[in-house]
Amino acid sequence: MMFTELLRVEDLRVEYLTEAGRVRVVDDVSFTLRRGEILGLAGESGSGKTTIALAILRLLKAPAAITGGRILFEGRDILDLDEVELRRMRGRRIALVTQSAMNALNPVLTIGEQLADAIIEHERVTRFRARERAREQLQVVGIDPDRVRSYPHELSGGMRQRVVIAMALALSPSLVLMDEPTTALDVVIQRDILVEIAKLRDERGFTILFISHDLSLLLEMCTRIGVLYAGRLVEAAGARSLAEKPKHPYTEGLIRCFPPLVNRAAPAGLHFGRAGPPPRLVGIGGAPPDPRDPPPGCHFHPRCARCVAVCRTTEPALITVAKDHEVACHRLQS
Amino acid sequence: MTGVINQLAHNRRALVGLAILGCFALLALVGPLFVGDPTAMVARPLSPPSWDHWLGTTGQGQDVLAQTIAGARTTLVIGFTVGFAQVAIGALVGTTAGYVGSRVDDALSLVINIFLIMPGLPLMVIVAAYMPTGSITIALVLVATGWAWSARVIRAQAMSLRDRDFVLAARLAGENPLRIVTHEIVPNMTSLLASAFIGATIYAIGAEVALEFLGLGDVSAVSWGTNLYWASNDSALLTGAWWTFVPTGTCVALVGSALALVNSAIDEIGNPRLRTEHAFEDELRAAGMSPGLSTPVLRREVD
Repeated sequence: MMFTELLRVEDLRVEYLTEAGRVRVVDDVSFTLRRGEILGLAGESGSGKTTIALAILRLLKAPAAITGGRILFEGRDILDLDEVELRRMRGRRIALVTQSAMNALNPVLTIGEQLADAIIEHERVTRFRARERAREQLQVVGIDPDRVRSYPHELSGGMRQRVVIAMALALSPSLVLMDEPTTALDVVIQRDILVEIAKLRDERGFTILFISHDLSLLLEMCTRIGVLYAGRLVEAAGARSLAEKPKHPYTEGLIRCFPPLVNRAAPAGLHFGRAGPPPRLVGIGGAPPDPRDPPPGCHFHPRCARCVAVCRTTEPALITVAKDHEVACHRLQS
Repeated sequence: MTGVINQLAHNRRALVGLAILGCFALLALVGPLFVGDPTAMVARPLSPPSWDHWLGTTGQGQDVLAQTIAGARTTLVIGFTVGFAQVAIGALVGTTAGYVGSRVDDALSLVINIFLIMPGLPLMVIVAAYMPTGSITIALVLVATGWAWSARVIRAQAMSLRDRDFVLAARLAGENPLRIVTHEIVPNMTSLLASAFIGATIYAIGAEVALEFLGLGDVSAVSWGTNLYWASNDSALLTGAWWTFVPTGTCVALVGSALALVNSAIDEIGNPRLRTEHAFEDELRAAGMSPGLSTPVLRREVD
């Protein structure tokens, strides 16, 4: 399958302009998203995952400002677009699925109305036609079309998340940003939704930027994964390559942090744990740095077991160490 | 608490506001000791400012500076007392109505609503006219017509806080309702109470001055309102005797502005997001941009 480039983020920098000065929350992050791909962004809370997604949509709230870089989407720099162009792009070209489905839905409108509103906003269709489309769209995500008359509180958490996905897909966007779409759900529903997303992607061929703190989930879902730490991309690789041969000490730590839900030898597909002695889990000592006062050099060095002198002074660049595998670590740059 | 004081000390609005208020408090406290009897006739009536009488004299030949300073004490005492009383009653009624709910709320809301629909100033004029004139009457009238505004706002806040999980946790822990109100609910509306108090004080000072200006106070007492009453009585505007009303008017305006500054500072401290937003907007403006709906893009300067 040939991949063409859909989104290219170059040296993206996001800062909070606060009274105490600028706080850098996304620090020169670059990555490329090819058509049909599912790129996962992993990282703990505060590492900048959601900030990157909202920066792509230019929907970050004050005091955040984009202070550098480019976001090329279908050949145009999103950072050059004006308000009208941004509105046309949001929803129709790039959609967002948020984590909290309850907050994303208006509690006083039926889900059918909300779906139809989204369609009417972007396409010249009659309300009657938009309502029909809303019914079709619900069917696509596996909800009884008659539920168009339901209000959000009448649906379960999983169904609400499906509605939010239906809304994101209603305008056939080429890129769907999924920000922890299943984090609020229990694992059984989570699995259903993930299977649904994978199925829809196969049918419709949109591209996904999938954000999650759950690396094991990303290993199953994504073709490629980027690992963020304290606003910087520390490793980017194909899912299999990352699972089998993580290069960055942080990624290694993350992978050691969860019990293998999948067999390490076959990371793709949804397998459940095999019988055998439980693996020993090792955590990563310490806590992520304060973005107001990040450590010099590599942001990870205070927690890194393999830290050497240069790590404390110089920021490591992201370099290619193997085919489709980039790492920002001094230990691999000799 | 020390945190709040620290924040106030680093907030420019608060500093300016508190400095002005401090000056007036000092003036009201010790000022009268340094000037003569404000009611004594000391010079020719309506003489303009001079070296002997810095702010000139009134139509009765009284020293305007002495009157302005003596007036500060009466007006500020009434203003702050009324402001405090309004919010205290409002807090008592508001939290009771909001926290207890059901029939108690219905009854108290009815009372609040009746006081709310009473037209304030006309009622004050009538009540003040029928009661013995004096500062206490004016204070009572102002409290009676003003407390319902605070009560309404505080009731809404109490209703919202009542259903929070930490209040539920307090109930589960077996705390009694009084303690829940005083320890769980009221501390969570400190900034609301503070700004209600300052708002009520601004209103009280304005209304007090207005009532006395209309001659509904004790015209023989010295306060900012009666100063203006006498200035108007002596046709100061017709005769061009600006020094009889400008000092008092400036004082009222200064105290009002200072209170408004402190109020907005408290708002910023109680709502830290507001402060961050100001810093954000300032920086964007410095780059020649204005905050819009979408995330702004500040290109890195070449350094």
